[in-house]
Amino acid sequence: MVDTKVTLSGIVLDNPVIPASGTFGYGKEFAALYDINCLGTFSFKGTTREARFGNPTPRIAECNAGMINAVGLQNPGVEAVIAHELPEMKKFFHKPVMANVSGFSVEDYAYTCAMLDKEEQVGWLEVNISCPNVHNGGMSFGVDPKAAAEVTAAVKAVTTKPVYMKLSPNVTDIVSIAKACEEAGADGISLINTLLGMRIDLRTKKPVIANKMGGFSGSAILPVALRMVYQVYEAVKIPVIGMGGVSSAEDVIEMMLAGATAVEVGAANLVNPYACRDIIADLPRVMEKYRINNLTDMIGGAHHG
Amino acid sequence: MKQGIYTIGHNRPLTADVWEMTLLGDTSPITAPGQFINIKLEGLFLRRPISVCHWDGEKLTIIYKVVGKGTEQMCAMGPREKLDVLAGLGNGFDVQKCGDHTLVIGGGVGVPPMYGLAKALLAAGKKVTAVLGFNTASEIFYENEFKALGVDTVITTVDGSYGVKGFVTHGLPEHYDYYCACGPLPMLKAVYNAAPTSGLLSFEERMGCGFGACMGCSCETKYGSKRICVDGPVLEKEEIVW
Repeated sequence: MVDTKVTLSGIVLDNPVIPASGTFGYGKEFAALYDINCLGTFSFKGTTREARFGNPTPRIAECNAGMINAVGLQNPGVEAVIAHELPEMKKFFHKPVMANVSGFSVEDYAYTCAMLDKEEQVGWLEVNISCPNVHNGGMSFGVDPKAAAEVTAAVKAVTTKPVYMKLSPNVTDIVSIAKACEEAGADGISLINTLLGMRIDLRTKKPVIANKMGGFSGSAILPVALRMVYQVYEAVKIPVIGMGGVSSAEDVIEMMLAGATAVEVGAANLVNPYACRDIIADLPRVMEKYRINNLTDMIGGAHHG
Repeated sequence: MKQGIYTIGHNRPLTADVWEMTLLGDTSPITAPGQFINIKLEGLFLRRPISVCHWDGEKLTIIYKVVGKGTEQMCAMGPREKLDVLAGLGNGFDVQKCGDHTLVIGGGVGVPPMYGLAKALLAAGKKVTAVLGFNTASEIFYENEFKALGVDTVITTVDGSYGVKGFVTHGLPEHYDYYCACGPLPMLKAVYNAAPTSGLLSFEERMGCGFGACMGCSCETKYGSKRICVDGPVLEKEEIVW
């Protein structure tokens, strides 16, 4: 019997597979298809202080082995999430959930995290710092170690739950951002968010996406994500959640070897709604094939010896 | 919604670039005309959403226009080949909401779902008139199929090469008490402005997943934001914000 359990900041997950924020809503579309309690946990839709409609459409473009999205953090706002989504979720998901939070100012992040801190269902906070900072000319928090640390400290001050800072890959030096978050008290690092990309329609000669640019995800980005997880694992002592292009049990293990304690699956859910269930079901077979008894032993395995 | 492997029955051209494909498999996920399926194709990341023309027993029919890599791949496929399909997506048309004399209005590849809708309306005992718009005579398809249902069918062509010259709005009859429309956005808007009765309009949008997870196809309505893929593609006239 292989052991797929991993421990994420003191909470044991049955397996390391976590649907990534923005590809799994608040879970109900998937719970209608299969029992999502087979998941390690899931990271729910990026939630902000106020409700957001998001960007104009088209918001989606296809790429070779991937896609670009510019949804723009559409969500009903933290109050509606607490009043409606979490009670609804309780009916079909019986494990601690990962609350994904976004903001446009340090105060936004602190406010939303403080609200979610009170919710028993929330096991971890995953703080997305790829958003533009409205007080700093719209520059993303995630590209500046100082701003990333500021958000980390502000969130840590309002919660006792483990805080995972979700990093943007659109930076020159991912390690410096990860270290800044660690020093500011982060309990873990999530990476990577999407890579900034674009497509142009040959018929209209204009960008496909109304917002012109968007976040590139899908299997094409796996090597980039893997490299960043590897670099960050070497530089920090806190756990890393790896994500980016993961679509198979093999990818999950590869990500863990690079240094991930748990692994998120994103765009794959949109193509195959059963992707996470299938990956979890396939893990024992792939573990046996590579003579792995215990997944926890694989974490950072590529760094040793 | 349900995922399944479907076998191609036939795949044949109706015009120069519009094809009809039948898929054999479980049609039980399809509950209303105007719903769509989402097809996985080899080497392409996202599935391709295509509206269901009609379905019957273990067979569903789709009609698609060849516009890009996905549909090019589809028209090269033949009988007995298999496709991974998510079926029964979207709300579809609510036949109960339709009037005793309902107009079904289709433009170009907006025509196919109106055929299944016409069948469902007739089965519900309603009178149906079809107004089908095309650019030119050579692009017309399914005129005979609509007529074979016993439906009064008006064809319009933009260049006047067949039927009424102009857009579908030039072919609207005088009397009807409800309408359902599917076609390009400018057509839907023109119908919305021209038809005095209440109605249902089916919209198209670029989608990520097709089942409500990614929020890629959201639109604003008078009652808040809706996802075209699950809360639509059919919206009520009264809720639409242009």
